Amino acid sequence: MKIKDIKEILGAEIICNEDGTEREIHTACGSDMMSDVLAFVKEQAVLLTGLVNPQVVRTAEMMDMHCIIFVRGKRPTLDMIEMAEDRDMVMLCTDLEMFTACGKLYAAGLKGGSGK
Amino acid sequence: MDSIKLHYDVPGDDFTRAGAASSDVKRNLKQLGVSPNVIRNVSIAMYEGEINMVIHAGGGWIDVEITEEEILVTLADEGPGIDNLELAMKEGYSTAPDNIRCLGFGAGMGLPNIKKYTDDFRIETEVGKGTTLYLKVNIE
Repeated sequence: MKIKDIKEILGAEIICNEDGTEREIHTACGSDMMSDVLAFVKEQAVLLTGLVNPQVVRTAEMMDMHCIIFVRGKRPTLDMIEMAEDRDMVMLCTDLEMFTACGKLYAAGLKGGSGK
Repeated sequence: MDSIKLHYDVPGDDFTRAGAASSDVKRNLKQLGVSPNVIRNVSIAMYEGEINMVIHAGGGWIDVEITEEEILVTLADEGPGIDNLELAMKEGYSTAPDNIRCLGFGAGMGLPNIKKYTDDFRIETEVGKGTTLYLKVNIE
């Protein structure tokens, strides 16, 4: 699916880099622990998180992710948005909780990675 | 080509800026046309080391050397050192305080991750003196 499809499924708001929403996405992961994202996630393109600090963007950058989705109504700070724009990352915000957001995307065909 | 050398001083009092050196190395490696897989491995390992340096050691410095065959990263600090290296290498073991966990780190995956993403990993540490990590990732 495309990032713009994710936006529709989650009823999400685009925070930055709308041009990037045509990008095709196959896998995602959800976590508030960046250490775990760095440890267990491979070839993931989307990060769902309720954590808000610049290290979320850095972690996504290191993992070559294209999109960060903030759940539970969390909103990134201005410096985080600037960092994401510099890195051509899309940021979305949804009011859905993590479990529900992940469930909707999984049901729509988005897969988790191969794990460890 | 001659090897490329990069040096970074990592401030220990600014968690929000932690990872800036790893970002810069990643950008440099992309410009050099290094394969994405190698770049990701180096970036993740270095980023974990950089975060550790800020969380545990009050900052430090990082040297990076890029040759045609390999990427060498040295991360050095003058922090408290690691008391029990065997435990520190165990997945899930962490001495990070709660305020660091609230920031998304301190799951006890730092050193195990560094080992996982590098071709060679050596650590020298002395309690009260500091810690130095030597990482090597081969260029495919």
